[in-house]
Amino acid sequence: MSDAVTASIDRTPEPGMGVFNKKLGMWVFLLSEVMFFTSLIGSYIILRYAHPDHFAAPGELLNVNLTAANTFLLICSSVSMVKAFAAIQQGDLKGLQRWLLATILMGTAFVSVQAYEYIMLAHEGFLPALADYTAHAGGPLYGATFYVMTGFHGAHVSLGVLALIFVYIRALRGEYTVADHEGVEVIGLYWHFVDLVWIILFTIVYLI
Amino acid sequence: MNLSWIMPESVSTFGPALDNLYYIILVITGIVFVVTEVVLVYFMIKYRHKEGRKATYIEGSSKAEWIWTSATAVIVMALAIYSKGIWDTIRHPDMFPVDAYQLNVTAKQYEWNATYAGLDGQLGTSDDIQSRNQVHIPVDQPVIVNLQSEDVIHSFFLPDLRVKHDAVPGRVWPIWFEATQTGEFPLACAELCGLGHYRMGGTLIVHSKEDFDSWLSEMQIEAEDDE
Amino acid sequence: MSSDISMGDSHSEDHHDLGFIRTYIFSTDHKMIAKQFLVTSLLFLALGGMLAAMIRWQLGFPGQPLPFNLGAILPDTMAPGGIILPEFYNSLVTMHATFMVFFALMPLMAGVFGNLLIPLQIGADDMAFPRINMLSFWITPVAGAIMLASFFVEGGAAGAGWTSYAPLSTSGEWTGVYLGQILWLVSLIVLGFSSITGALNYVTTVIAMRAPGMTWFRVPLATWSLFITAWLLLLAIPILTGGLILLLLDQTIGTAFFRPEGSGEPLMWQHIFWFFGHPEVYILILPAMGFVSEVIANRSRKPVFGYHSMVVAIVAIAFLGWIVWGHHMFQSGMNPFLGMSFMATTVVIAVPSAIKTFNWIGTLWKGDIHFDTPLLHAVSFVALFVIGGLSGIFLASAPVDIYLHDTYFIVAHLHYVLVGGSLFGIFAGITFWYPKMFGRMMNETLGKLHWGVSFIAYNLAFFPMHNLGVQGMMRRIYDPNQYEFLQSLQSTNTFISKSVFVFVSVQVLFAINFFWSMRKGKKAGDNPWDSNGLEWACPSPPPHGNFAEIPIVHRGPYEYSYPGREQDFWPQNEAPVESFGASTKPEHEHGE
Repeated sequence: MSDAVTASIDRTPEPGMGVFNKKLGMWVFLLSEVMFFTSLIGSYIILRYAHPDHFAAPGELLNVNLTAANTFLLICSSVSMVKAFAAIQQGDLKGLQRWLLATILMGTAFVSVQAYEYIMLAHEGFLPALADYTAHAGGPLYGATFYVMTGFHGAHVSLGVLALIFVYIRALRGEYTVADHEGVEVIGLYWHFVDLVWIILFTIVYLI
Repeated sequence: MNLSWIMPESVSTFGPALDNLYYIILVITGIVFVVTEVVLVYFMIKYRHKEGRKATYIEGSSKAEWIWTSATAVIVMALAIYSKGIWDTIRHPDMFPVDAYQLNVTAKQYEWNATYAGLDGQLGTSDDIQSRNQVHIPVDQPVIVNLQSEDVIHSFFLPDLRVKHDAVPGRVWPIWFEATQTGEFPLACAELCGLGHYRMGGTLIVHSKEDFDSWLSEMQIEAEDDE
Repeated sequence: MSSDISMGDSHSEDHHDLGFIRTYIFSTDHKMIAKQFLVTSLLFLALGGMLAAMIRWQLGFPGQPLPFNLGAILPDTMAPGGIILPEFYNSLVTMHATFMVFFALMPLMAGVFGNLLIPLQIGADDMAFPRINMLSFWITPVAGAIMLASFFVEGGAAGAGWTSYAPLSTSGEWTGVYLGQILWLVSLIVLGFSSITGALNYVTTVIAMRAPGMTWFRVPLATWSLFITAWLLLLAIPILTGGLILLLLDQTIGTAFFRPEGSGEPLMWQHIFWFFGHPEVYILILPAMGFVSEVIANRSRKPVFGYHSMVVAIVAIAFLGWIVWGHHMFQSGMNPFLGMSFMATTVVIAVPSAIKTFNWIGTLWKGDIHFDTPLLHAVSFVALFVIGGLSGIFLASAPVDIYLHDTYFIVAHLHYVLVGGSLFGIFAGITFWYPKMFGRMMNETLGKLHWGVSFIAYNLAFFPMHNLGVQGMMRRIYDPNQYEFLQSLQSTNTFISKSVFVFVSVQVLFAINFFWSMRKGKKAGDNPWDSNGLEWACPSPPPHGNFAEIPIVHRGPYEYSYPGREQDFWPQNEAPVESFGASTKPEHEHGE
């Protein structure tokens, strides 16, 4: 039972086969992410309708203006991501690098602003868990759902930034070409998804 | 060894209907079971490999598939429709009896506490009567039990009356039933609730109307005295 | 890249040894990963079986010290003097189910067979993402270690049932279990990543890497069922992960998602859990259905009866599985109208399951049936799945469920589908594809003996559980004798326990066969079963890269006993015969 083991197989796909593996893989992964956020957001919706007395009106406790600006920032980072992808589609490596960097910086800024927001809220006593379980605006359910939803989103953004840095480094090394830039497309898909989730979260947490 | 498919005798008004439905399902599934398994075994024997035997190339039969698919669908949907009637009787709030005797039952780790209205006739006042691990009700009288829990989810199970419903902390779930026989019947917890789940039994005591009335007034007077 | 360069060239030029670690430990080869999953799954299956034996010891011989001085190895917090404590009993029922569902059945279905069969059956050289595949495996033993560790912490292992209902599971205040409950959650959160990464690999591979000519309706049913199962995993596991995280927060930092004292909703846990949990049970059975189709067709030398409907049924079961979850909650306090709708959807799901059952029987009809071990297991699946499915009808009827919910009737039902169904289906799969994995046949005599004793002992153990349920015996009960109305059932319980001991013990024969055959089994050629699938068009075991050249597929997978042909099988990649006057097979014929 001796396997002939090779260090590498020629994985160039046959015509019509395997050409879009990575992109398909990312779409499929994003579907699972949709389900994950559905369970978190679904719990929020259920708890909010069952116990509105735990929750505050939009703007009462949360800084809507700051977060609106942050949202705009994240949307801009999606635009820069589109520009990065468009650049490499034309073979413009420098453009790819510039726009990737812009995306990374804006993504990092988004997470930083969110961290700042968390610190401010914590100082005001708005925490994920409270010793006092009584219902009041800003009560325990509000904090718990707020931090869980935005926190996991923030974690996804952070991981996205890390992935973008990885792609950026490869771009600096010139590893993407007109013919082969699937990695850029794939991280772009992830980034747009993360942005879309945020738009939904922002709407239901901060605006409604 | 008890290998009986016969339900123990029921002592509630909706017991017979529920049991009936069970038996109907038993007969239908029993027939399907016997026919399917017999055919399976028969085919295994008849078509077993023998020297020179060749299988017949058959890809399928749309006709056969339509027949057995429709038959299955019709049977199961008929069962669902028939079940609805009994389900509504037992559970639908509009079908709860209006003249029922009400009591509260609160589950906790690991006992059942029943509360009955005191002399003021109101549940939830200071003269209410309590009984621990015993639920007293009159026979031939619809009863509404408001199920509650102090801690975790328990399940109020009266096997002989075909009653079962979860008691969920933070909620009050009303259920109704009517006993048709006097006597003492087991009350069990049917939802894992901790290490004492296995010993969370109680007793349902069904009194005749007169006995229930006298029991209740005795308890009410005692409660009044204790105040 | 010109298409006439065969993969064989790149192999022959580049034969260099990757070393022990890269070959056996950190392998990216789907076949090695399948074997790795097999090792961990079978170990956890054995552990789950031992936990079951302990449960049955307590129920069969209540309050008696464990035999063979086994009590000596258990600490006093679990079984002082060898007598199982009620809190340990609750952990036993919880962990038995947890290990069986998450660490044995799921990895066996998806991890072993998904990995082994998908690339081979579709003619691919490996999975779409081999390194992610490797990661997907390695997460499993890590999660398993966390779960095992929970036995050894203070307070013991989780004891709130595998369903972990809140608020019981939110705090050690209710169960006496603290860290153990937390570790249970952490372990399953971690394990979820294994399922998700594995599933995304399977889905991508089947969509993108099928060999030329392998159209959707030429894909074998094993791959179809694994493909659909992968979709279910992808969509259902993240729901569970979300719920587990919320429960973990309740347990650790004191949030109140599910705690009523903080206005949380215990019922919300049930909704989240069962919304995952129902698709989960189809994850646990669909692949086995696929294996059974392959084995019955091959061993009867006949096409699968109604192949297209079988595919439609798999998809239908997967879709419908999302809208029946409330049938686990009929007695929880739901609005009766909702109860009615869940009842309706639940009975409908019986229909595609019935289609599959009738089609398996139709496959046997007028066949040329070879009674090999795989066939015996496959037919057992059908016979026992029928029982499991029929017992489900009782439970689907919401009013009848009032009486049967949380009784041993449920225990009977679930074991008939998961053991009678899934486990026997897995045995069919292992015995059938073992030669492809290891290059040798398993021993037939030992195999048949294992099957026979297992089948009998299994039924003796689990059939009477239906009756226990009808007589009102509740589940998860440490000592039924506390209830007078259950005392007469003790002899039945003792009988069941003895049958379970026989069933668990005879699995040793399977283990012996498994290991002995690896060295001493009859050498298998490429295609010992005279099968049509592409997995048999390469050596046993296949080399790295599987196929010397990418196979081209000319026909479906079930062209057995095609009229006019000498051989009673017709491999999918065999070149077409010109004398038929067409390059693809002629018009279909349907039996009467």
